[in-house]
Amino acid sequence: MIGKAGVKRFLLSALIPFLVLVAWQLAVTNGLASRQMFPPPTSILGDFYDMLKSGELTHHLGISVLRAMVGFLIGGGLGLLFGLLNGLYRRTEELLDPTIQMLRTVPLLAITPLFILWFGFGELSKVLLIAMGAFFPLYVNSFLGVRNVDSKLFDVARVLEFSRFHQLTKVVMPAAMPNILLGMRLSLSTAWLCLVVAELMGADQGIGYLIQDARSYMRTGVVFVGIIIFAVVGKLTDSLVRVLESRLLQWRDSYKG
Amino acid sequence: MTAEALEISQLSKTFRTADKATHVLDNVQLSLKKQEFVSIIGPSGCGKSTLLKIAAGLDVDYEGLVQLDGIDVSGPSKEKGFIFQEHRLFPWATVEKNIAADLSLKNPEVRQKVDEMIELVRLQGFEKAYPKQLSGGMAQRVAIARALVRNPQVLLLDEPFGALDAFTRNHMQESLLDIWRQNKTSMLLVTHDIDEAIFLSNRVVVMDARPGRIKAIIPVDLPYPRNRVSASFQQLRTQVLSALDHVEEEGNSYEI
Repeated sequence: MIGKAGVKRFLLSALIPFLVLVAWQLAVTNGLASRQMFPPPTSILGDFYDMLKSGELTHHLGISVLRAMVGFLIGGGLGLLFGLLNGLYRRTEELLDPTIQMLRTVPLLAITPLFILWFGFGELSKVLLIAMGAFFPLYVNSFLGVRNVDSKLFDVARVLEFSRFHQLTKVVMPAAMPNILLGMRLSLSTAWLCLVVAELMGADQGIGYLIQDARSYMRTGVVFVGIIIFAVVGKLTDSLVRVLESRLLQWRDSYKG
Repeated sequence: MTAEALEISQLSKTFRTADKATHVLDNVQLSLKKQEFVSIIGPSGCGKSTLLKIAAGLDVDYEGLVQLDGIDVSGPSKEKGFIFQEHRLFPWATVEKNIAADLSLKNPEVRQKVDEMIELVRLQGFEKAYPKQLSGGMAQRVAIARALVRNPQVLLLDEPFGALDAFTRNHMQESLLDIWRQNKTSMLLVTHDIDEAIFLSNRVVVMDARPGRIKAIIPVDLPYPRNRVSASFQQLRTQVLSALDHVEEEGNSYEI
């Protein structure tokens, strides 16, 4: 699958990051930048290797991923459920949607202190914060997905006498799938963002804690490792959903650029 | 059991808006015998599509009697297969899954029937294709297979080949005849193509607009397969054309 063209494309996209790293390394080793503030890439790599070997990194990463996943499953799951429900039934939409839209405008960062007040610094407040962040993108997009279903296909479902269940599984869900998957991607990235916020606010485990702890001891290299881990895992989960997208949506006949 | 598959009598329909009422259908009488092929032709606005929707149970706001095999039509059902002008396949499902629709292909009985239908509409080799990979004619054949796999008593077709090019349309008419000969399902076809109506049907129903009513019913006694350029075919075409042109006396309805 990855042919000569693929390698060429990869090299091209890696060119700028590579040049930046080389310039950084040279600048620090030649004394142009402070070693304390900008540890050279080779020393960051060394920190990364040490943390990996001691098992410190995998331990904290595992904790963070678990928090993000639980939060995403609760928040995203509820978002999907309510999105489908309100998309399907005008009555529940009228009942629930205005309240949900109102809550959506509240900045998450602003309610973090409240969550800590109510639920303390424990896991509950973190998971709830992540769940709240993950709720809205999936809610909005699955709602939109249901409302975008071609009503002509509902006529077909009537003529073929689909049961209510089959209308949902054979018409609504597949038709709304592009939007649901988009919502999933946005929810996952929001969940990851909320995780960082939750762990920086106060935690004794997790990648966020690792960064906060390293900052207080001026271990700038470890701060960089934490940031890079956040970026890499975020990108990986996004790619995972995109793979899912290309599998589930191969039927689509749209412009591919 | 009656000999009529579909019985429509004294059917009227009025569209009401705030300030006026439009008669779409006025006292329409039509019956479709078992295994019969009837076409409805008429100018746009004559209510032929509305008539078909009422027969399908998709439109239940009317006055009069509509019965399928002696039972009142109260809503859409598999007994009345419906082919829309566009194929309306599910874009996310393959050809075989579109035909099966809500039935499971894991059921060997369903599997066998779906395979038979694919053979009937000559789409072997395309079982796993998605609708986007099919031509317009092929997609419409899948739609026909999807209706026929449910053993309908009557197949209602709403200008099914209207969007196809002339060459594909001729080809589709031949395959529809082929399907009809093998399957013996009663067919009620709405079309705006005179040749199509004469080529396919046992009887051609000519409708008049505003209000929509039946103006003439012309039997077509030519043997199948019909020759589109034969003299008798031309003669029937003239007959249908003049029926379309003539405005006969008001209130005329035809009993069959």
